[in-house]
Amino acid sequence: MVKYISSRIGQMLVTVVLVSFFTYILVDIMPKDPVYALYGPNITQEEYEAGYRALDLDKPLLVRYGMWASKVLRGDWGTSYKHHMQVWKLLAPKIAVTLYLSVLSAIVSFAVGILLGAVTAVKRGKWQDTVLTFLANLCASLPSFVVALGLLYLFCIRSQLLPTSGFTWPWVDFGKHVRQLAMPLFALSLSGVASICRQTRSSMLEVIRQDYIRTARSKGLRERVVIVGHVMRNALVPVITLLGNRLAYFIGGAMFVENVFSIPGTGSLMVQSINFMDVPVIQAFVVLSAVVISLAYLVTDILYVAVDPRISLD
Amino acid sequence: MREKIEARAAHSGRGRRARQFLRALFHRKIVLVGSIGTIFFVLIALFAPLVAPYDPNVIDKGAYLLGMSPLHPLGTDLYGRDLFSRLVFGARVSLLTGVTATLIAAAAGSLLGIVAAYYGGIVDKILLRACETLDAIPYIALTMALVAILGNGMLNMAVIMCSTCVPFFVRMMRASVLSILNSDYILAAKLSGQSEWKLWLKHILPNSVSPIIVSATQNVGNTIMMESGLSFLGIGISVPMASWGAIISEARPYLTTHPLYVLAPCACLAALIICLNLFGDGIRDALDPSLRGETA
Repeated sequence: MVKYISSRIGQMLVTVVLVSFFTYILVDIMPKDPVYALYGPNITQEEYEAGYRALDLDKPLLVRYGMWASKVLRGDWGTSYKHHMQVWKLLAPKIAVTLYLSVLSAIVSFAVGILLGAVTAVKRGKWQDTVLTFLANLCASLPSFVVALGLLYLFCIRSQLLPTSGFTWPWVDFGKHVRQLAMPLFALSLSGVASICRQTRSSMLEVIRQDYIRTARSKGLRERVVIVGHVMRNALVPVITLLGNRLAYFIGGAMFVENVFSIPGTGSLMVQSINFMDVPVIQAFVVLSAVVISLAYLVTDILYVAVDPRISLD
Repeated sequence: MREKIEARAAHSGRGRRARQFLRALFHRKIVLVGSIGTIFFVLIALFAPLVAPYDPNVIDKGAYLLGMSPLHPLGTDLYGRDLFSRLVFGARVSLLTGVTATLIAAAAGSLLGIVAAYYGGIVDKILLRACETLDAIPYIALTMALVAILGNGMLNMAVIMCSTCVPFFVRMMRASVLSILNSDYILAAKLSGQSEWKLWLKHILPNSVSPIIVSATQNVGNTIMMESGLSFLGIGISVPMASWGAIISEARPYLTTHPLYVLAPCACLAALIICLNLFGDGIRDALDPSLRGETA
C-alpha cells in the first residue's frame, strides 16, 4: 500500500510539473505584452526596455521557467501586475471561497445523488423511479449559470426571499451565510446530483442482477440488509471513482455561479487576469488548481483500492 | 404496397438492422421528444434567414428594450435588435460550434487512441500522460488561455473546446480497441491468416467505433454548454455573432427590469441541451443491446 501511494504521489508531482511548464509556454505565447500590462501603455522606449529586463524577458524560456519554479518552491508566487500585491495574498482568500463552494457541492451531490439513485434502483419501474429518473435526465446537463439565473429571477426578483449576491463565512454570520449560499449551492450541485443519481442507479441495477445477491436473498436476509450491505457496497465503487472528476468539474463550474451571485471567488479574478495579462496570477491559479485536482484523483484512486479488495496494488 | 416494402426491408439484413435500431431508439416517448426537439433546432439553425423576421444585427436606436409585441415577438435588446431573430441565429452558432468541436475531438481522439493501443509501450505511456496533464488543468482556465492566444472566432472556439474533450476520446478509443484485441474472434481471425490491414479495417475499427458514436452525440450538448459558458463570461465568440451565451451575458443587467430578455435565451439553451442529451441517451440505449429493455 505504501509503495502504491508513494508511486502515485510521484506520478502526481510529474503531472503538476508538466502542467506548470505547459502553462508557462501557453502564457508566454499569448499575444499581449506583459511589460505594457505591468507599466501601462504610455511608457517610453527606455522604460520599456528596463521593464523588459526587469521581467527577465531577455532570458531564454527554459531559464525563466527554472527561475519561476525555484521561487515557487520557496513559496514565492511573484507579484500581481494589476493589483501590485503578493499573488499568494491575493489568491488565498479567493481560492478558499471557491474550494469551500466546490467541496460543499461535491458533498451535497454525492450524498443526495447516491440516496436518490438508490431510491430509483430499489423502486425500479414504480412511479418514484419514473419521476426521479425523468428529472435526473432533464437536469444532468443544465448549465449552472442558466440554473443560477433562473433561481435569481424566482427567489430574488419575483419573491424577494433570498439576498441576490455576496458571500459571508459561516463563522461571521451563520444565518446570512445560509441565505446567501442556498442558491449558489443549489445551482452548482443540481447537475452533479442528477448525474450521480443516474450513475448510482445503473450501477446498482447491474449489481442487483448478480448471483450473490440472489444467494443473499435466498438465505433469508432482510431486504434492507441485502440492499445496504451487499448491493450498495459493491455498486458504490464505480460511483466513488467519479469524485476526482466531479471536483474538477465543480471548480470550473463554480466560476459561473460566482459570476452570477457576485461571490468573491477565483472566477472573476481569473477572467480579469486573462484579459489584463496578469501572468503571475494566471500561472499560480492554474498550477494550484492542478494540484487540487490531482490530489482529488489521488484520493479517489486510494479510496478505490481501499474499498475494492479485488483490485491489486501493483 | 407497404407490406411489400416491409418484406423487402426484412429480407435485406441492413434494412432490418436499421429498423430494429430505429424501433429501439424511439421505443421510449422521451427519446422521441428529444429527437423531435433536436431536429427542430437543427432546422431552425439551417433555415435561420427564413425563420428570423429581422436581420439579427440591424440596430434600431428608437426601439431598444421593447417588450413583447406582434412586431417583435420577444421584444428587442438594448441596441434595438429583434431578440427573436437573434435567438434564431444563435441556434446556428451554438450547433455549429458544438458539432464541429465534437467532430474534431472524436476524430483526433480516436486516431490517437488507436495509435496508443496499436503501439503500446512508450507511445501509449506518453499519450496517457499527456491526457492526464490536460485533464488536470481546469477546462475553464485552459480554454481561457487558448482563447487569449488564438482569438475568438467561431472555428477557433471549436478547436479550443475540442482540446478539452480530446483526452476523453483518446482513453475511450484506446480502451475499446484494447478490449477487442483481446477477444477470441480477433485471435481466430489472426490464426486464419488475415492480413494486419484487413484485421484492423474489417474487425477492430467497426467494432470499436460504436462507443465513440455514443459519446460523440452526448458530447455535442456538453460542448454547446461550454461555449455558451465562455461567451457568458465574456471570453467566448465575439459579437456581432449572436451566440446565446453572449446574449445572456449582455442581457444580465436587465434581469430585474426585462426578465424576458435574459430568460428567453436561457430557456433556448436549456431546451437545446436537454433535447440533445435525451437524443444521445436514446442512441446509447439503442446501440447497446445489454441495455435494451432495461429502461422501459
